[in-house]
Amino acid sequence: MRLKAERLSIERGERLVLRGVSFDLGPGDALVVTGPNGAGKSTLLRALAYLLPADEGRVVLEGMPEETLPAEHVHLLGHADAVKGALTALENLDLWAGLLGGSGSEPSDALEAVGLGHAGDLPASVLSAGQRRRLSMARLLVARRAVWLLDEPATALDTDGLSRLAHLVAGHRSEGGIVVAATHADLGWPGETRMVLGQAV
Amino acid sequence: MTGVLLAVMRRDFLLLLRSGGGFGLPLVFFLSVVAVTPFAIGPDLVLLARIGPAILWIAALLSTLIGLDRLFGADAEDGSLDLLFAAPAPLPLIVLAKIAAHWLATGLPLAVAAPLLGLLLNLPGPTLGAVTLTLLIGTPALTLLGAVGAALTVGLKRGGLLLPVLVMPLTVPAVIFGVAATENAVSANPVFAPMALLLGVTLASLVLAPIAAAAALRGAQG
Repeated sequence: MRLKAERLSIERGERLVLRGVSFDLGPGDALVVTGPNGAGKSTLLRALAYLLPADEGRVVLEGMPEETLPAEHVHLLGHADAVKGALTALENLDLWAGLLGGSGSEPSDALEAVGLGHAGDLPASVLSAGQRRRLSMARLLVARRAVWLLDEPATALDTDGLSRLAHLVAGHRSEGGIVVAATHADLGWPGETRMVLGQAV
Repeated sequence: MTGVLLAVMRRDFLLLLRSGGGFGLPLVFFLSVVAVTPFAIGPDLVLLARIGPAILWIAALLSTLIGLDRLFGADAEDGSLDLLFAAPAPLPLIVLAKIAAHWLATGLPLAVAAPLLGLLLNLPGPTLGAVTLTLLIGTPALTLLGAVGAALTVGLKRGGLLLPVLVMPLTVPAVIFGVAATENAVSANPVFAPMALLLGVTLASLVLAPIAAAAALRGAQG
């Protein structure tokens, strides 16, 4: 698959947040988007996830199977982690797998992969911020999707969490996946493309 | 796709059971409204029996509306709504699955409890049966129409208060035909027409409300 942005411009609240952003990512590519607060990093990711319509230009996902929508091939890990506190970690994963169409790892294996194997039966409301972040990382594994959009993935993660994230991303890229991350931290992924979005107004 | 929709239903049902106030609260509210009415009207058993079906219907309407702001509100707050957009199924059907789970957890218990509460209003046996039947047919319409209001108010801070104001006028046909069908079922008046119209309101809501609610949710994203 290829993920392309073609002269993408998006206006939010009568302010042009993205101005003519273009890139072309193929299998195994990683794009790291940086820029000051308010530069439009999250807006870009939401547009790539087909949650925000583009005012000009477009987002193209090439090589999808017939009769599927682009949004079905995209994982967005946003600021809001979609974790339900009333459910256990394992139940959260189980429900995400069902909702997103599954066909990935078993929820318990995914929890092991993000280092939460011991916390599967704990209510998600007692998890720490970093643990919730890890739990939403596990979502990337329970449903297989070609494009991962990670908004500030390093937030609240410790060094172990960061290396597990790098490991997951490397694994996904080696299988031909595409990763776009918006971040302030140095993620240190090999062979990443970097893009700096414009100045905040 | 069916698997995804069943997963959405199972998810929402589970969340309603687990979260405080999702499952039991509308039922207790229903009980409270019905129980208070005889105190307000006084010990006139004949009058109570006559207006009993109307009281049960109004109480069911109010109980349906109080829990509905959480239908999309909870998912919007924690980011789950983005996942619903990304699910491999059409958004109106996902919305319908959420509404179905909500009705099973909140609307159906109202209809089941209605005959019990009807006893408080001195309703005779046949009327108890009739009001249960009309509530079974009519409460899905109330939940469906309420879902449109819930989708429209999803981004608003005090949406929980705005929702009943928006939705109540839309529910007037369901209330008219629901109460008329109940009363006609136990009197000599023809029952078919109001019953058919009540069913028509429910079926029309079933088709239109999920589409309208999905469009409202999409619009709120922009």
